[in-house]
Amino acid sequence: MFRLRDREMSRAIIDKLRAMDLSLRMMHVCGTHQDTLVRFGLDGEFKRVGVDIRQGPGCPVCVTTPREIEEVLALARAGITIAVFGDVLKVPGATGSLNEVRAEGADVKVVFGVDDAVSLARHTQKEVVFMGIGFETTAPTTASAMLSSPPPNFSVLSCHRTVPPALEAIAGMGEIRLDGMIQPGHVSTIIGTKPYEFLSERYRIPQVVAGFEPLDLLMGVYMLAVQVKEGRAEVENEYTRVVHADGNPTALRAIEKVFEPSDVQWRGFPTIPGSGLAIRKRFEAHDASRRYEDLLAPVHEREYKEAEGCRCGEILRGIAVSEDCPLFAKKCTPNTPIGPCMVSREGNCYIAYRYLKK
Amino acid sequence: MCLAVPAEVKSIEGHMATVDYGGVSRTANISLVDAKVGDFVIVHAGYAIQVMGREEAEKTLEMFRELLELESTGA
Ligand code: SF4
Repeated sequence: MFRLRDREMSRAIIDKLRAMDLSLRMMHVCGTHQDTLVRFGLDGEFKRVGVDIRQGPGCPVCVTTPREIEEVLALARAGITIAVFGDVLKVPGATGSLNEVRAEGADVKVVFGVDDAVSLARHTQKEVVFMGIGFETTAPTTASAMLSSPPPNFSVLSCHRTVPPALEAIAGMGEIRLDGMIQPGHVSTIIGTKPYEFLSERYRIPQVVAGFEPLDLLMGVYMLAVQVKEGRAEVENEYTRVVHADGNPTALRAIEKVFEPSDVQWRGFPTIPGSGLAIRKRFEAHDASRRYEDLLAPVHEREYKEAEGCRCGEILRGIAVSEDCPLFAKKCTPNTPIGPCMVSREGNCYIAYRYLKK
Repeated sequence: MCLAVPAEVKSIEGHMATVDYGGVSRTANISLVDAKVGDFVIVHAGYAIQVMGREEAEKTLEMFRELLELESTGA
């Protein structure tokens, strides 16, 4: 139920945008937004009316660093059962991928959510580590599992990250001119609209929280264009059917109980202060980074480089698109991915490849 | 990945609900929301993360029309 695909209204919005004579660059940070943009050909439509939309660091698997991949590989090689989202399997680390260590005999299980990982742990004597990847949409699910007395052989390698600090990093670096930000609908169901306000105040960037139907994005872009024309920079909400100003307080409380902000690197970025979610000491028994400190220490002593020629880093900062990469759809495809942007279903390169007109 | 399609809550047992995506049935953990049978929820990684406001959903197109109208009369 409830699909927003009213053709007439879509046309009306495009016509209005055209009449505004725009030359704008916007950014969103969500794989699902990118999917809608490309799948329905909206990216092309927007370009024709003068709106260029870039996907920023909105792909949790893509922003995960080579070091984090190496950490989980080290645990897998040590005989620990690894529970991960399917999107992570093929992400190349410096010394291989989870898929490769699985072929060599490591126990790597694909799960749809943290609850699957917990139930896996309940049915085995082996140690189970869940690789917690994702933004504020996924973090409360991990937190909820941690708060529901998981079995002693269960722990989490937290690679969770939060969106607003990364948005600030993008705005602060000033590499890319941004006339508007389309904020991610489902992250916003959790955090609400308030955590974005400082961006409009500090950097004068108009923002709209948008849903995922084609009309949601059309409307979101239109609302941003109106803000620009009127010289406003505010946070507006297009996705009122799901997003409230205060977000989801239950989920926020769960995050707050289990995690504390930490300074972490994102692929393509320097360390972003306060953008990580580290597990609080109270839960150290279920914190893989403490529990397996010795196994992880050698990983931390090394430096890791990005795959040669891969431009994921620039793509995640919004200054390049997949088609700018000479390896795209040639050496690098979903079957032979060189960087994570071609692996994850939320990755810019994967989405571009999937809907490529061949 | 954020499944953007809302699912209808069909039955509830403790923290778990059976939800329906127009014919496809799944289970979802509802401990993060206040959902009842008949509600539409957004599910992510096995958890319902928000209940969709029916009234707002029904009013969305109307709101769009208004925003578009307002702009056209204003311009
Ligand atoms: S096409 Fe492949 S190599 Fe190029 S940026 Fe994307 S993931 Fe990296």
